[in-house]
Amino acid sequence: MTDTKTRKYQVIGTRPIRHDGVDKVTGRARYGADIHLPGTLYGKVLRSPHAHARIRSIDTSKAEALPGVKAVATAKDQPALADKIADLGEAVMNLRDLATNVLAVGKVLYHGHAVAAVAATSLEIAEEAIALIEVDYEVLPPVLSVEAAMQPDAPLLHPTLTTRSLGQQSETPSNIASHSQIKKGDVDAGFSQSAVIVEREFKTSPVHQGYIEPHTVTAQWSEDGSLTLWLSTQGAFSVRDQIAELLKIPVSQIRVVPLEIGGGFGGKIQVYLEPVAAVLAKKAGRPVKMTMTRAEVFMGTGPTSGSTIRLKMGASQDGRLMAAQAYLAYEAGAYPGSPVGAGSMCMLAPYNIENVQIDAYDVVVNKPKAAAYRAPGATNAAFASESVIDEICERLEMDPLEFRLKNGAKEGDRRADGPVFPRIGYLETLEAAKAHPHYSAPLTRSDDSDGRKYGRGVASGFWMNYGGQSTAYASVNSDGTINLVEGSTDIGGTRASSAMQCAETLGLASEDVKPVVADTGSIGYTEVTGGSRTTFATGWACFEAAQDVKRQMTERAARLLKISPDDLDLAGGVFTSKKDSEKSIGFKEVAARLGETGGPVVGRATVQPKGVGVAFATHVVDVAVDPETGKTDILRYTAVQDVGRAIHPSYVEGQMQGGVAQGVGWALNEEYYYDDGGRLLNASFLDYRMPTCLDLPMIDTVIVEVPNPGHPFGVRGVGEVPIVPPPAAIANAIYHAIGTRMNVLPMSPREVLEATGQLD
Amino acid sequence: MKTHVQARINGEEVEFLCEPSQSLLEVLRDVLGLTGAKEGCNNGNCGACNVILDGRLVNSCLVLGVETQGSEIATVEGMAADGRLHPLQQRFLEEAALQCGICTPGFLVSARALLDVHPHPTEQQARQWLAGNLCRCTGYDKIVRAVIGTADGGR
Repeated sequence: MTDTKTRKYQVIGTRPIRHDGVDKVTGRARYGADIHLPGTLYGKVLRSPHAHARIRSIDTSKAEALPGVKAVATAKDQPALADKIADLGEAVMNLRDLATNVLAVGKVLYHGHAVAAVAATSLEIAEEAIALIEVDYEVLPPVLSVEAAMQPDAPLLHPTLTTRSLGQQSETPSNIASHSQIKKGDVDAGFSQSAVIVEREFKTSPVHQGYIEPHTVTAQWSEDGSLTLWLSTQGAFSVRDQIAELLKIPVSQIRVVPLEIGGGFGGKIQVYLEPVAAVLAKKAGRPVKMTMTRAEVFMGTGPTSGSTIRLKMGASQDGRLMAAQAYLAYEAGAYPGSPVGAGSMCMLAPYNIENVQIDAYDVVVNKPKAAAYRAPGATNAAFASESVIDEICERLEMDPLEFRLKNGAKEGDRRADGPVFPRIGYLETLEAAKAHPHYSAPLTRSDDSDGRKYGRGVASGFWMNYGGQSTAYASVNSDGTINLVEGSTDIGGTRASSAMQCAETLGLASEDVKPVVADTGSIGYTEVTGGSRTTFATGWACFEAAQDVKRQMTERAARLLKISPDDLDLAGGVFTSKKDSEKSIGFKEVAARLGETGGPVVGRATVQPKGVGVAFATHVVDVAVDPETGKTDILRYTAVQDVGRAIHPSYVEGQMQGGVAQGVGWALNEEYYYDDGGRLLNASFLDYRMPTCLDLPMIDTVIVEVPNPGHPFGVRGVGEVPIVPPPAAIANAIYHAIGTRMNVLPMSPREVLEATGQLD
Repeated sequence: MKTHVQARINGEEVEFLCEPSQSLLEVLRDVLGLTGAKEGCNNGNCGACNVILDGRLVNSCLVLGVETQGSEIATVEGMAADGRLHPLQQRFLEEAALQCGICTPGFLVSARALLDVHPHPTEQQARQWLAGNLCRCTGYDKIVRAVIGTADGGR
């Protein structure tokens, strides 16, 4: 233990109880669905039973005539929008596409696509009413894979979509929305210098973020034309911006009140129900509440992309990576905008390779529009790159961590996509993984008699992280505590990580800062809780707001002591004269006497920081594979990550463990399972099968702290990168257990048996 | 036609009217305003709505309100008593066993039911008992530690 007297920080790095904790363990915390306004109507969406169809007509007359129905909405009730690209925070999307995703125009593009909606006095009546809406469909053939969608004669989702390829817009309609390229050096020269070349193809299925709380919203209009939305979102301001664009009303007429949010992982940024509820509420003249069923969440909201990836990598005999060439094609779902660009940027970022070429294709298919999901795009890509690297290590008979240490990126190295790394901690994660007892422990073989095979795998991952705009206000209470107001919805303990940065700055205890998440009418602009940005950027705003408080409080203290503010230091909650240590006054006393020194003190800060610290992780996993059933069990898991600076280590560990658990689900169970007609067959938790606590062991974490030079406390975002390594690490472990390379996700029992030739 | 139901919830006599089709979860949340039980799936897959009904752990979304006539129901709202958190609640806070918190009430109720049956559960018993509760944030590590730690009486 570090002595508290010599420790650099007093609050940062400790593990106080989170400020919103008691409300969340008592059931008192109010989530989106816990809101109930007087006179509320219940809204329900009619969804397409087809993956691809033309809408010939929609007849809502019978639904409208049903007693209790107060409003019916179709796309005709939304303003028509022109093409306009909007930045949603973790993804960009064309607003016209966003509008037609919310309520279909002309065609339905996936099973579950919203077609119409009803508001009624009860949910039962609303459900009855949507069944009375008659939609005449002309069913069209669906395209369900990038391969099918990229065929020259493939059915087209959007007759006007053409390919933007390396900056040029083609004129031929296509399902390929874009082709981008990253190029560095000369790959042919690199491969000619390689002693070992491995080339493989990988396929992954769409997977859902899987937050436990379904999407929910309540919309209410006032007679003065203003709209208030109570909901569950990762970004209240992002919702406000999207609603303003979709409904063509000024942002100043919209107030978005974010309630507690039951998980998001990227999936609660773009709007789905919100504009529909607003349209229905306007037509009905009453508040409308809409909550998705679990099946609707799976069918109608964003999974992340399925993908096809081909990767060729070459290394010299002494284990130096010489060249890498990759082809990535990601399913965007029904509208352009997969995270293939991010995938291509992250794929090889952990390695210093002279010769790289990556071609990335964004392809529309008849599946739900892909949404952001924790390190969007990077997990698919790392599954390929980290599997190929494992194979190269095997061919060279090199230890996989030693190989990565030899080729790993460090400060000053240039990523293939351009940026030069500042101080990063990738090599440190490798060293920590190597030193961890897990890596040298013998593989468990106590129950070898059951026929299971054991293997260990390692993989690394990279994520860029994000900065973005944040606001914080810190007002001083007369008892010397701080009310801290921020605009970032708290999904995993960010009230605590923000408040702790404020407390550290002012020499207060964590519990002396009272954080509140405010609505869009009560705080300055703040971007989404996503991109691993909140503890970094909103935390920075809280640090700056605290600095502002400190400046003002120093002046007040100086006034009370009748000395110059320049003569004062704040330490341990006491302002003391630098010249005369007898002259001092406590922060609390100054706070109590604000009325006599000029009135209230409020610190404020807005930030848009540039010094984003990228994140690296290295994972080690032991598995047992049953060759007879194909089932893989996770026996032991260790996640190592450079977090820059852990503000609240427990919640940093929690992010790492949660990312691993999602990665394990992605690796072994989870997939969107379609029939040939493009109907989703597993739209329930039971059939989608996320990991339960019986599927996982304890998840060991190693926090590596290589401070980010771009943040006052050295923070790097921590939330996203831990989902990146697991599928590759587990695939490598499976190989070392049974000698078969897996190139498909999920590596379900069926896929393992197929790969080992036990299925015909 | 609504049915009149009388039950004890968290030790108090409660009367309510409910539709024959309304689940206990709907009654708790929409009729009685007890929104601690959460709806994650409405088909018994996720455990976010778990309550203890006459000593048995149940998914309240799979019980009809009218079935609870004369029964004893314990929800998350009844765990803290006399101004003090239940030891499980306290331990969840100390171990950081929650992130978004939507699954937390369900886990706490399930863990309480577990400790009633196995006052000192092994890790395997705890995992088996909690396997009906889905959490997407934590990877379960800190939840399992908090539950076992509560049984061991803290450090």
